[in-house]
Amino acid sequence: MSNAGNDTGRREMTGAEMVVQALKDNGVEHIFGYPGGAVLPIYDELFQQEDVQHILVRHEQGAGHAAEGYARSTGKAGVMLVTSGPGATNAVTPLQDALMDSIPLVCISGQVPTSLIGSDAFQECDTIGITRPCTKHNWLVRDVNELSQVLHQAFHVATTGRPGPVVVDIPKDVQFAKGMYTPPQQAPRTSYAPKMQGDMEAIRQAVALMASAKRPILYTGGGVINSGTEASHLLRELVQLTDFPITSTLMGLGSYPASGKNWLGMLGMHGTYEANMAMHDCDVMVCIGARFDDRITGRLDAFSPHSKKIHIDIDPSSLNKNVQVDIPILGDIGMVLEDMVRLWRATTKTDKNVLKPWWELIDRWRSRDSLAYTKNDDVIMPQYAIERLYELTKTRDTYITTEVGQHQMWAAQHYGFEKPNRWMTSGGLGTMGYGLPAALGVQIAHPDALVIDIAGDASVQMTMQEMSAAVQYNAPIKIFILNNQYMGMVRQWQQLLHGNRLSSSYTEAMPDFVLMAQAFGAHGIRCEKPGDLDAAIQEMIDVKKPVLFDCRVANLANCFPMIPSGKAHNEMLLPDEATDEVVANAIDAAGRQLV
Amino acid sequence: MNAQLQPTGSAYFIASETETSERHTLSVLVDNEPGVLARVIGLFSGRGYNIDSLTVSETEHQKHLSRITIATRGTPHVLLQIKHQLERLVPVHRVNDLTVISRSQGQEAPLERELALVKVAGAGNDRVEALRLAEAFKAKVSDATTEHFVFEITGKSSKIDQFIAIMQPLGLVEVCRTGVAAMNRGPQGM
Repeated sequence: MSNAGNDTGRREMTGAEMVVQALKDNGVEHIFGYPGGAVLPIYDELFQQEDVQHILVRHEQGAGHAAEGYARSTGKAGVMLVTSGPGATNAVTPLQDALMDSIPLVCISGQVPTSLIGSDAFQECDTIGITRPCTKHNWLVRDVNELSQVLHQAFHVATTGRPGPVVVDIPKDVQFAKGMYTPPQQAPRTSYAPKMQGDMEAIRQAVALMASAKRPILYTGGGVINSGTEASHLLRELVQLTDFPITSTLMGLGSYPASGKNWLGMLGMHGTYEANMAMHDCDVMVCIGARFDDRITGRLDAFSPHSKKIHIDIDPSSLNKNVQVDIPILGDIGMVLEDMVRLWRATTKTDKNVLKPWWELIDRWRSRDSLAYTKNDDVIMPQYAIERLYELTKTRDTYITTEVGQHQMWAAQHYGFEKPNRWMTSGGLGTMGYGLPAALGVQIAHPDALVIDIAGDASVQMTMQEMSAAVQYNAPIKIFILNNQYMGMVRQWQQLLHGNRLSSSYTEAMPDFVLMAQAFGAHGIRCEKPGDLDAAIQEMIDVKKPVLFDCRVANLANCFPMIPSGKAHNEMLLPDEATDEVVANAIDAAGRQLV
Repeated sequence: MNAQLQPTGSAYFIASETETSERHTLSVLVDNEPGVLARVIGLFSGRGYNIDSLTVSETEHQKHLSRITIATRGTPHVLLQIKHQLERLVPVHRVNDLTVISRSQGQEAPLERELALVKVAGAGNDRVEALRLAEAFKAKVSDATTEHFVFEITGKSSKIDQFIAIMQPLGLVEVCRTGVAAMNRGPQGM
């Protein structure tokens, strides 16, 4: 065999060279990582080229969330590179996060040399064993000649079907060894072939059922966004054709514009009254790329009791998992929607009068104004802060990430998303500390965009160290902290369920975020009065540096509306009804017996 | 304080299970690669599914395919979830619920066989009786001294259960069972 390159791209090279070559061949421009003993050969190769830029984070968890933010905002795979042992174990949280939210994430980890595997060597851990349940698939590569194909397969598995995280674990001796590199081929393994095209007969039945609906609703999720921007276009077309009302899960925000006239707002535990009531009272439900998660359904045996249900999903295990549906359609959202739109055009003439009574009912629910809150001239209400942030950024191409908690729900409720891939949040796993590194990843992918992490004071301290990485790479991310000195969502649940005994949910020693920003070499802003807020937000936008914005908000505000546990969609707790007494008694004995 | 009166409360909604459990046998065709069995077993333990019996062996050497046979227990809804979750694993080619298929063919159950080695030690009447019963069960003597027999018995799991129970008072020393091997009746393959 010759060492020179030939037509097929087969070449002899070291394992470490193969890693970099495979990244290039799979279209990777940025990776997020942290060096260590077991990946030094790969770092040495990265040093000697310029096609793939490496972003040095401060903790491997940050690398993972940054790669997730990168992936969600671009639709491409995010890539992280970590060393063996602690590098790999620190990657576990983002891997599980990506698994639950179906984010394509490729994690390359170093491993101790093959001869030392199993000997409890320095920085050894069973990476494959540890990451098996939190990845879509993982590989330990013991033979350098298999490395290139495994890497290509890893990208294929991560990005196709229901996307997800994968790990390729590469022992250090394999990185040094020489072998034959083969470029990506169109021959994926036979055991893995996601079904993309929906069953036409099922789609025909679904369209007929939709055409007969008097009280329909579209319930969409992250699957629409994962399917690509074309799926969002088709969704908008379907809404226009059918005039159906549409709601979305936390993960699906942006696939249909918040300014659209058919938009009901988010549904679920902290969704709007109109969205949840419409879900409960509908006669035909079309679930598109969502999974009937427990935050969405409320009490399962009272979930939308009078509806026929259609469910489109690319993952067969999501169909009929939590809720039995009448017409399951297995396939890619974009492809199924394309068929649906075409079939609807060909067969159905929309009579908008049929839906008129339904829309009148929805408008009555809308007039309940379930996201209302009491304004205050002295203290910044957290909802007001999000509203002002939205008003001052909506004309720009803005990307929003969040941490997890009350601020996340307020952001979902009060920030209007017009496009897909603009909203990055940890939905399934609920990972506090996701938002700051995710914002870094988004900013690296979109250097000129405005990227804001709507954060809470508790969450943001979990991955604060990545401010240092943001400063290093001139990534002007804006960390907008709704600082109420509490773990607000924990406190809210303690008020609801534990007699207002606020066990460990108050942060008695809060750092000075402005000084902290200065210490990082970033810009710090503090705002305490509603009257100063607009100017302060404008300053945050204008500064060409990473910003920590300490927005002091009402300490004891709670997140409403809310479906208390054990209750159904039509038993929401609305903000104007949520007196202290109602809050304390919202969950009955049956609701409390749950885990 | 009474835990019922002072419950912990929750962010989760849980519906009580009303369907009844059934025992099904699944055949899983997988790529024979390192860790594939760990993936399957991890899926069962991670998602709280039951395993009554599990056997695995390479069945097509050229194609590097192994066949895993799992006897499991669950409601029809859970059993369907198990099938779909298994199908999601990247090295899994096919999953057949043999019980469902056999029912659709009008049969009660798929063809299921198990092999067991049963060691019995003793003397006198017990020894004669053990040998006589083994013949009745069509068990083979695979090893013997004047003090013991190792019987090799093949059949349905229930037959083996019965044989072991009968040997218990006759000097049963140890038992090793292979777990269930199964396939559907009729000319069709998996």
